Amino acid sequence: MTDTTPAAGPATGAGEAPTAFLEVRDLKIHFPTDDGLVKSVDGLSFQLEKGRTLGIVGESGSGKSVTSLGVLGLHNRHNANVSGEIWLDGQELVGASPGDVRRLRGRKMAMIFQDPLSSMHPFYTVGAQIIEAYRVHNDVSKQVARKHAIDMLGRVGIPKPDKRVDDYPHQFSGGMRQRAMIAMALSCDPELLIADEPTTALDVTVQAQILDLIRDLQEEFNSAVIMITHDLGVVAELSDDILVMYAGRCAEYASVEDAFHKPLHPYTWGLLGSMPRLDRERTERLMPIKGTPPSLINVPQGCAFNPRCAYKDLNGDKSTTVRPELVEAVPGHKVACHLPLEKKQEIWESEIRPKL
Amino acid sequence: MTSTGGNKTVSTSDTAAAGTTVPGAAETSADAAAPRPVRDGEMLLEVDNLGKHFPVTAGLLRRQVAAVKAVDGVSFSVRKGETLGLVGESGCGKSTTGRMIMRLLDPSFGKITFEGEDITRMSQGRLRPLRRDLQMIFQDPYSSLNPRKTVGAIVGAPFRLQNIATENGVKKAVQEILELVGLNPEHYNRYPHEFSGGQRQRIGIARTLALKPKLIVADEPVSALDVSVQAQVVNLLEDLQDELDLTYVVIAHDLSVVRHISDRVAVMYLGKIVEIADRNDLYERPMHPYTNALLSAVPVPDPSERGNRQRIRLQGDVPSPLDPPPACRFHTRCWKAQDICKQVEPPLIELSHGHQAACHFPENTTVSATDEVAKAAVAPGAAPAGETDAETGE
Repeated sequence: MTDTTPAAGPATGAGEAPTAFLEVRDLKIHFPTDDGLVKSVDGLSFQLEKGRTLGIVGESGSGKSVTSLGVLGLHNRHNANVSGEIWLDGQELVGASPGDVRRLRGRKMAMIFQDPLSSMHPFYTVGAQIIEAYRVHNDVSKQVARKHAIDMLGRVGIPKPDKRVDDYPHQFSGGMRQRAMIAMALSCDPELLIADEPTTALDVTVQAQILDLIRDLQEEFNSAVIMITHDLGVVAELSDDILVMYAGRCAEYASVEDAFHKPLHPYTWGLLGSMPRLDRERTERLMPIKGTPPSLINVPQGCAFNPRCAYKDLNGDKSTTVRPELVEAVPGHKVACHLPLEKKQEIWESEIRPKL
Repeated sequence: MTSTGGNKTVSTSDTAAAGTTVPGAAETSADAAAPRPVRDGEMLLEVDNLGKHFPVTAGLLRRQVAAVKAVDGVSFSVRKGETLGLVGESGCGKSTTGRMIMRLLDPSFGKITFEGEDITRMSQGRLRPLRRDLQMIFQDPYSSLNPRKTVGAIVGAPFRLQNIATENGVKKAVQEILELVGLNPEHYNRYPHEFSGGQRQRIGIARTLALKPKLIVADEPVSALDVSVQAQVVNLLEDLQDELDLTYVVIAHDLSVVRHISDRVAVMYLGKIVEIADRNDLYERPMHPYTNALLSAVPVPDPSERGNRQRIRLQGDVPSPLDPPPACRFHTRCWKAQDICKQVEPPLIELSHGHQAACHFPENTTVSATDEVAKAAVAPGAAPAGETDAETGE
């Protein structure tokens, strides 16, 4: 799939078809509201190959979930302005017709939602919901689909799947429900799996089970996975690459090792300093980021992070006037920050790292 | 910030940036920079064999057919000035315990002693003056504030309810507290919806602090907040503890947050405390298999640790508290379980100094715990879960 030739056909003619399995280019998702234009995602680009996992991290309101819904084409075009390009396996999705995207959804790309209780239909059995999804994409009889559903439930570790298939979502515990959700998402062997905060509502022991499950299933199906979360621990366990989002834009993009051991953006430093860590000596105080995330209607001038940034004065007034572009500072490591690279490395090594 | 004379800035940058200056009103304010005092104060709260069973009724006559054993005999004590963390998975009874301490729920059995006074069966009327000293911080900053009241009314309510005379009027007092928790006192007339989650949580904390309580039960105080804001609130809670000499019982499911703020930690499983110890003891030398499993399940934000860590993966879910497993409640998921675990309930006993665990086969201990456990377990009628326990952490 990754070897799609560039000639393989940009149907919309908007740009060259990419070589990556999933490529998002300059994605913008804006919502016009009475109070103004909410720029939830404002020029986001990333690539993802099959078999790899991309972790998208950020606080609430940074545009993580809106991005994932955008990739799946789940925004209502009447109240959301989506622009940019999303290429999935050589096919452009932003300009594609809703029908085309619907045929891809479930089969080629699937999503695991955060709250399985509200994202499953309470009125139908778990089995019926998996069977429905499977039969939409596969021309099979009900019996075959049911067998497949039982098989999937067993695969995600639900005991006695042949009995549980006829249970309703409310009869499952939180962890079980999330497993059923994963079974549903995987029922058509999607090549792209988006997990939006898959473990946030779960207890740690169950979270560990679910993360193991996602990792195993990814190896088995060789899918591309986008892991959306606010928990840096979860990302560190699963991801190959990390994209840190802030105010609808990418602040930093790096391999997981670089992101945790050599981060270059002050926001990433702040995230790392905010969390108490079990794997280190207990620190006397946490180092929170001051202030709160900005409103997406009035994103600060210049760098969106500047009101909360402790280092903005090192650039004169550049941080408050010019918006930093995402540039490759080190090979494979992109960052959107005005600070010179040497300065950032110095601050990280001397000021931030020792305090973590 | 209003320039109240003799202000004192609460240490670090984050809170200062959020506008925290401590008004002179906080007379108790110790030197903010000084380390926390050694906690050897008197006992503030003692909980003995406390339990709560919620009846399950059925039929026309609402006969009780079963009971959800939400909390089934927990004992612990909290010293003045210390922070006790209560951790466990959802459904383990930690919130119920917190609400019983607050007397928001009536205990089914057991005894709660606050400042030497038995408050277990105290009437609401007699309890009312005590509410000054016992306060609670709630989890959800969105549903715990009345959307139709202004911040001033919310934070000022405790003064009116308790008929407390304030020197310069309630408004002045409220504004001082708002400043203390890092909010702008000029926001007195705003409504909760005008604030972000972190600010709302600060409003909740301000309301809690209004009457300068002695004990605060914080039920998941930061779990609804974003990481960066979470750190601000955690730091605020610590600063306030130093300033006002508060005692906390912090209920949380996040083990790393609990380690950060607690002096001692109790781990609960299915309505029982399975292990209780000093923070460092518990995190460095966990004895109960469940604690070990919990700790190893926490994802570590360090990719180079991936695959290096020894993991313990528990199977399945927590059993229903309607019908908890007999004897040791953890035996259905425990990899060390043997026959004795299914027959004899392990009592919570002290296995090393200040470190109690309820397990037949504890880890990280040199004590021949099995013998001791067996000895104590011979008499099943013997006081379960530590009469001896409380006094330990010295």
